[in-house]
Amino acid sequence: MNLAHDPKLTRADHSEDIGLYEKRKGVFPRGSDGAFRRLKWAIMAFCLVVYWGTPWLRWNRGPYAPDQAVLVDLAHRRFYMFQIEIWPHEFYFVAGLLIMAGIGLFLVTSAVGRAWCGYACPQTVWTDLFQHVDRLIDGDRNAQIRLQNAPWTPAKIARRTFKWGVYLAISFLTGGAWIFYFADAPTLQRAFWTGTAAPVAYATTAVLTFTTFWLGGFMREQVCIYMCPWPRIQTAMLDEKSLTVTYKDWRGEPRGSVKAAAKRVEQGLDPLGDCIDCRQCIAVCPTGIDIREGPQVGCITCALCIDACDKAMADVGRPRGLIDYFTLDDAEKVARGEAPTPVLRTIFRPRTLVYFGIWAGIGMAMLFLLASRTRLDLSVAKDRNPEYVMLSKGEVRNGFTVKLRNMEDRPRPVALAIAGLPGGAIYTDEMDASLARQALSVEVPADTTRRMRVYAIVPEGARPTEFLFQVKALDKEGGQDSVRTTFTTAEGNGQ
Amino acid sequence: MANKRIDDATGVETVGHEWDGIEELNNPLPRWWLWTFYATIVFAVAYCVVYPAIPGLHKASAGTFGWSSRGALAHEMKEADAARAGIRAEIAATPVEQLAGNEKLLRASIEGGRAAFKVNCVQCHGAGAAGAKGYPNLNDDDWLWGGDIATIHQTLVHGIRQPGDDATRMSQMPAFGRDGILTAAQVQDVVSHVRVISGQEKPSGSSQRGAAIFAANCAVCHGAGGEGGRTVGAPRLNDAIWLYGGDRATLTETVTNARYGVMPAWGSRLDPVTVKMLAAYVHSLGGGEKARAPAAAPAPAASAAAK
Repeated sequence: MNLAHDPKLTRADHSEDIGLYEKRKGVFPRGSDGAFRRLKWAIMAFCLVVYWGTPWLRWNRGPYAPDQAVLVDLAHRRFYMFQIEIWPHEFYFVAGLLIMAGIGLFLVTSAVGRAWCGYACPQTVWTDLFQHVDRLIDGDRNAQIRLQNAPWTPAKIARRTFKWGVYLAISFLTGGAWIFYFADAPTLQRAFWTGTAAPVAYATTAVLTFTTFWLGGFMREQVCIYMCPWPRIQTAMLDEKSLTVTYKDWRGEPRGSVKAAAKRVEQGLDPLGDCIDCRQCIAVCPTGIDIREGPQVGCITCALCIDACDKAMADVGRPRGLIDYFTLDDAEKVARGEAPTPVLRTIFRPRTLVYFGIWAGIGMAMLFLLASRTRLDLSVAKDRNPEYVMLSKGEVRNGFTVKLRNMEDRPRPVALAIAGLPGGAIYTDEMDASLARQALSVEVPADTTRRMRVYAIVPEGARPTEFLFQVKALDKEGGQDSVRTTFTTAEGNGQ
Repeated sequence: MANKRIDDATGVETVGHEWDGIEELNNPLPRWWLWTFYATIVFAVAYCVVYPAIPGLHKASAGTFGWSSRGALAHEMKEADAARAGIRAEIAATPVEQLAGNEKLLRASIEGGRAAFKVNCVQCHGAGAAGAKGYPNLNDDDWLWGGDIATIHQTLVHGIRQPGDDATRMSQMPAFGRDGILTAAQVQDVVSHVRVISGQEKPSGSSQRGAAIFAANCAVCHGAGGEGGRTVGAPRLNDAIWLYGGDRATLTETVTNARYGVMPAWGSRLDPVTVKMLAAYVHSLGGGEKARAPAAAPAPAASAAAK
């Protein structure tokens, strides 16, 4: 594949006028319609509805937990997602999701190229939204260019002020929606407007409003081309079998208008290619590139040029697909006159299947873990200083910090017991030592870790030994956990 | 710069440098990048003006904000003190024996006492309050002067044998051997008796002689059976816990020369709230006794149940 080596496709030598710094070349994409444009509409609508709507979904979890379906409760260190509740020590579920997102990006990129960039990336979605605002307020491409070049008359100032006001409103709604993921949305909304929300809520809204306004309204494609690492990483993940938006130069070149083509046929010269050089592919491009220069980092593969080119081809009665999703392998094959690989064989090739296998394996493992995780945990930390305490009747006492973790959204009665400690008994710092027993019944509040000081006491003649702390739920759901720990005495301590 | 050429793949001129075949394209930087660069310079200059930045011979420039790391620390300490002021006032207004009736105050006192203990007490009593020879273990159920919270507080405020404190806990064991009250053989007999009542030896002729000497000389403070006397801080002798040691040599040393343990009076060294916190902490270590007069008992959330 060496589209770019074609001398006609290379840019002119501009070595004379290279400055040190380059002003942004404005991008004014023309409005378009077509299969991919409609797909982009649908994905954009879906993404925006999910983003703005999710915090307002309710989910009944009973009286001891919040009823917001998706909630990242940083203050109480809980993450709620529908029926799943994650505690900080279960953060590996989140890590697993992030790894799945990474592998998923490999999978999608190796199969269909930079689909993330073209359809789902927030920068793309919001840039697209702002470009629609441009077209609604300033008119389509040509009107936008005229207005851009016009002097700053009061009319232009008024129009710009209005448009930037709309930008700002969208940005505020975007930045403001983010905070609802971190607190109860209806409560926070009331607090937000009455000025009683936490300062961090206002600060977050302000920062995200500014970044949306600036990155979506003004930086746009420069974020993709200069700032974002994803295009570089994704470029490395593409191979010659990945579907990307491709200009079929073997079919399009040499390009020329319909009139020119007819003239050449009259003159008996070689006929021209299918490209009529109408520049519609450039006009609709949201990053302002010419796809006919070949694959390039500026192409986010949004496929709007496919729509535009298909329309132009239909107008002149030529087959669609001069610009199309195509692999580099197939491009070479077809250029040599061979048949392209069927698209399903391209997508379901070993590389993508391996990625899918890893992706699905992690997902299944997480589902298994999620279904089998215990909701009652015991942890025991033995006092290190003092390791043991000799009491006046010769008994030996060891102190332990016991944590009972009840991850259910209801209080649970549990039994805390010891096993394997001859003559031993336990009591807490809230009890009298004379009430020491082998098992204590304890109530653990809902969704809480209960921290207790527990003393184990063994009559005179105790020897160091290992023993078990056990916890067992006394409600009908049951569940238990145990921890092995040690009982220390003077013996073996050089005293 | 002789190797400038147009790159085939991009149509862009190179800058003319080459490193093992790697060349640099002469693409202009985007202008927003330049503005960002200028913005960082402006930020840096502003930072140098408002924060201490420019080194001088003796000290750096102060900066118009007047910020310093010491000032920041002082500010944070002040904030922390302000945050604690409320609960400290509540603790100050609550008699020490009533702390147990207020879960919130009790927990705060124990945590505050834990911190103060680490600064003031660990030098003698150890980081875990397990004591050392001559310094009592505060975790166990054996108390020289009493283990309820008010008594612990009294001990803390006035100390033990603290010179200059009229209310300090005071007693003096006679040096039976050194001062010639008992002969060396009598001392050995008393030691035998003490080792018998503490279960370390079987009764012998020596211990039977010692019993009589004990009744005449020791029982007045340590009790007829060696059960100790808290009014004078006389240790209990019939248990497993020894302040200096229960072996024959140490007991002989104790009876011959006596002991005179001193603890400072913390009432004149620490503020009253901290002393209360220390009392609550020491009482919480596992050996704390109930108050003699029944106070409002805390309702234990964990109830004991027979299996």
